[in-house]
Amino acid sequence: MKNSTVNDKIDKEVKDARRVTKNSHFFEIWNRMKRDKNCVISLTFIGLLFFVAIFANFLIDESLVTTQNVAERIQGPSSAHWFGTDLYGRDIFARVVYGSRISLSIGILTTIFATAIGSFLGAVAAYFGGKIDNIITRVSDIFIAIPEQLMAMVVVAAVGATPISVMVALGVVVIPNRCRLVRSTVLGIVDTEYVEAARACGMSDISIIIKEVMPNTLGPIIVVSTQGVASLILTVSSLSYLGVGIQPPTPEWGAIIFEAREFLRIAPYMCLLPGAVIALTALAFNLVGDGLRDALDPRLKD
Amino acid sequence: MSGELLSVKNLEVIYKSSGEMVQAVNGINFSLNKGETLGLVGETGAGKTTTALAVLRLLPERTGKILTGSISFDGKNLLELNDEEMRLKVRGKRIAMIFQDPMTALNPVMSVCDQIAEAIRYHSDKVDKNEIDKKVDHVLEMVGISPSRKHEYPHQFSGGMKQRVVIAIALSCEPDLLIADEPTTALDVTIQAQVLAMMGELRNRLGTAMVLITHDLGVVAQICDKVAVMYAGELIETGTLEDIFVEKEHHPYTMGLFGAIPNLGGESKRLHPIAGIMPDPTELPVGCNFQERCPHVMSICLDTNPEPYVNGTHSIACHLFTEKCNVGGDNYE
Amino acid sequence: MSKINNDAPLLEIKNLKKYYDIGSNSKLHAVDNITASIAKGNTLGVVGESGCGKTTLGRTILKLIEPTDGEILFEGTNIAKLSRNQMRSFRKSMQIIFQDPYSSLNPRKSVYDIIATPLRMNKTCSDRNKMEEQIKSIMDICGLPSRLLNSYPHELDGGRRQRICIARALVLDPKFIVCDEPVSALDVSIQAQILNLLMDLQDEMGLTYMFITHDLSVIKHISTEIMVMYLGVCVERAPSVEMFKNPIHPYTRVLLSAILVPNISSRNKRLELVRGELTNPIDPQPGCRFSPRCEYSNDYCIGKDIELREVSPNHFVACSYIQDFKP
Repeated sequence: MKNSTVNDKIDKEVKDARRVTKNSHFFEIWNRMKRDKNCVISLTFIGLLFFVAIFANFLIDESLVTTQNVAERIQGPSSAHWFGTDLYGRDIFARVVYGSRISLSIGILTTIFATAIGSFLGAVAAYFGGKIDNIITRVSDIFIAIPEQLMAMVVVAAVGATPISVMVALGVVVIPNRCRLVRSTVLGIVDTEYVEAARACGMSDISIIIKEVMPNTLGPIIVVSTQGVASLILTVSSLSYLGVGIQPPTPEWGAIIFEAREFLRIAPYMCLLPGAVIALTALAFNLVGDGLRDALDPRLKD
Repeated sequence: MSGELLSVKNLEVIYKSSGEMVQAVNGINFSLNKGETLGLVGETGAGKTTTALAVLRLLPERTGKILTGSISFDGKNLLELNDEEMRLKVRGKRIAMIFQDPMTALNPVMSVCDQIAEAIRYHSDKVDKNEIDKKVDHVLEMVGISPSRKHEYPHQFSGGMKQRVVIAIALSCEPDLLIADEPTTALDVTIQAQVLAMMGELRNRLGTAMVLITHDLGVVAQICDKVAVMYAGELIETGTLEDIFVEKEHHPYTMGLFGAIPNLGGESKRLHPIAGIMPDPTELPVGCNFQERCPHVMSICLDTNPEPYVNGTHSIACHLFTEKCNVGGDNYE
Repeated sequence: MSKINNDAPLLEIKNLKKYYDIGSNSKLHAVDNITASIAKGNTLGVVGESGCGKTTLGRTILKLIEPTDGEILFEGTNIAKLSRNQMRSFRKSMQIIFQDPYSSLNPRKSVYDIIATPLRMNKTCSDRNKMEEQIKSIMDICGLPSRLLNSYPHELDGGRRQRICIARALVLDPKFIVCDEPVSALDVSIQAQILNLLMDLQDEMGLTYMFITHDLSVIKHISTEIMVMYLGVCVERAPSVEMFKNPIHPYTRVLLSAILVPNISSRNKRLELVRGELTNPIDPQPGCRFSPRCEYSNDYCIGKDIELREVSPNHFVACSYIQDFKP
């Protein structure tokens, strides 16, 4: 049998003290995420993507995006042009790099704004119930019935295809989706006793919604939103491919593939390489979302 | 009333999850004769439910594991049976289990009659519909529910009635042993009295042995023959009803439990709680698990796990008794 | 134990009613015509089983649920009809402790945040240091070590969580606290710790409690006066000692006899069992609501609502049979 020594007792007290100060939710969640290999790899990839998008100017000369060089057109990947050149002789890799700015910013900004608005509406609907709930739910039901792409095409046709109009069009579709999600989560929270306790000390309804209720909806919101970013990037790309999104010569990923579509048989790299980047990005966001979901509720794994 | 039915020896159960291993049950020994009722007493986290699930081999597949020990039921070691044998021959048929929350124990989309009939069909050779129907009626009457209600659905019954239905399902196959995990904790006190009275009667009529898991010593006094007190995964005291409720020698935890119960008869206003809380199973201390809360802790308690001191049917795992020390005049009652 | 204080009571409720609309003109009588008063420093124990309306009563008194009718007099002022804004100033003096320590704490907030929220809401403390001092001092009073300041509820056990709930209720220095089954979800040894804490706090801070529970043995220790509720009405009300010495209403007697004492001498005593199940609180007929299950029920018990009658000083019973009742 082990002998308990003074050192053991000190160790225990130190462990006790450490345990209670460092275990904030975020730290624990981060720890769990770190154990999921797919998640770590995806996070690294996304980190790289962000780095490249933000510091593109320092890495690659911007002029390469638009410089046409007819002599070097439709050349396969080489050491000079990592992704080859397109029909105008432009360096595809440079275009993909600069295009990442557009795809990422549309995907992420739309998600942030639409999620914030949608979540707030959902929380308000669930918290107050009654007529307010009815109005918000019915209106969001109407919008949910419309497919993403169709909505985007209608708005773009009406207002023209700029990054802002695409963002608004997609945002309008994301808002009701988040609204529904948050509404169902909040319905489970609204009757809990800690919300009653907040009322008992005189908190106003809006304060309760923002400070007590919404922090508890973060889990599902974050998971759905990371996967939503993936879906939005794909949608933006497909809009551009259909010709109703970002127009060439802006180097948006979908637009790049749009221009390369005639050459699919002759020079497949022109479609496939940018396409691979889109797919990998969407996959990375999805895996991060999975990792987050498992980290937030580890019981689901068992 | 004679003959040993269940004998658990040196049972150790662990839970494993994301790298961490937790010792839930740490080497317990107890036995039960035919027709006897054992009260397994302890607070939350002591390991009582884990013990019950281990006997029925119902521990969560990926995380729970029986490390060592033997569970002998009617002469056969249950740990040697494979899962299919357990399912067909033991669970429900010879050992039945009922759980604490009657609200979620019944299938909401099946009528009460169908649920009882399902249990009967699964465990017996009866196929004739009339025979089964008659048995369902008989069983419902046994638990005090009018057979005219048998086609109703669970949501049409109150909590106490639901628990009766659960008991009816459990007893419909006339098992030798019933394990009841806090069956009346979720019920109102008057309904609890009704249900316990009914369980006692049925137990007497059918000769079923029972393991009653509870944290309520009052329930134990009412219906049990033997008592086993569990703390942090170990059985710290076992004995007959007289040993626990009449004898004066007890484990300090048992004394603390009696002292902490609000007393209807006494005049004093303040209660006598046990200081501190049960240790986390991931951080059990070396030596006796109760050392940090024990008013009689000695230096030997800090490094040596106490061996049980046995006095006839009464067994206490405490150094106070193995050292033949006197507890002194301290009396928490 | 405080004596029955005959000065002006801290809290008085008169004919308090809460009915819920069930549609098609039906009403669920959750709280039906309750009258009671609690003097400063005393504890009113409200006891009854599920469905008796005690939880609704506690929340209605604090205006967490709007009363249908009746008066709630806090220090003489009727707060029953006050709007939410007008209630704000009273909220500092009236607080609540809930039953389930697992759902009454916001899982996303640290202990510090939970206890600081009432302070921030009522803008009582502007200085961050002073706020921390105040929070640490309340935690100390409630037996919580200050190293737990940044812990989260999921790291702590039931007893500690309940202490946080108590600290949260106390931080605004209230006069009156509704304790809604504060120890029912706790283990026996922890129950005793929390009950002792509540009683000590009452002595030190002069608090007044309404203590709601289904456990008669717990209520004996902490109450000055006890009120037994059944299906929304009060069936008996008496000082604590008197209630246990001389219970009169058949339902009170059933409740008392159903308590299982950890004592084998009472093993074979016949439990005074009550028949049947709770009846429907929707649109109840006039008359005693316990009569369908009562051993002694007769024609006097139905047709007309039974009033509370004083059978001995401060001991009220609502039973038509009491004159001839032989215990």
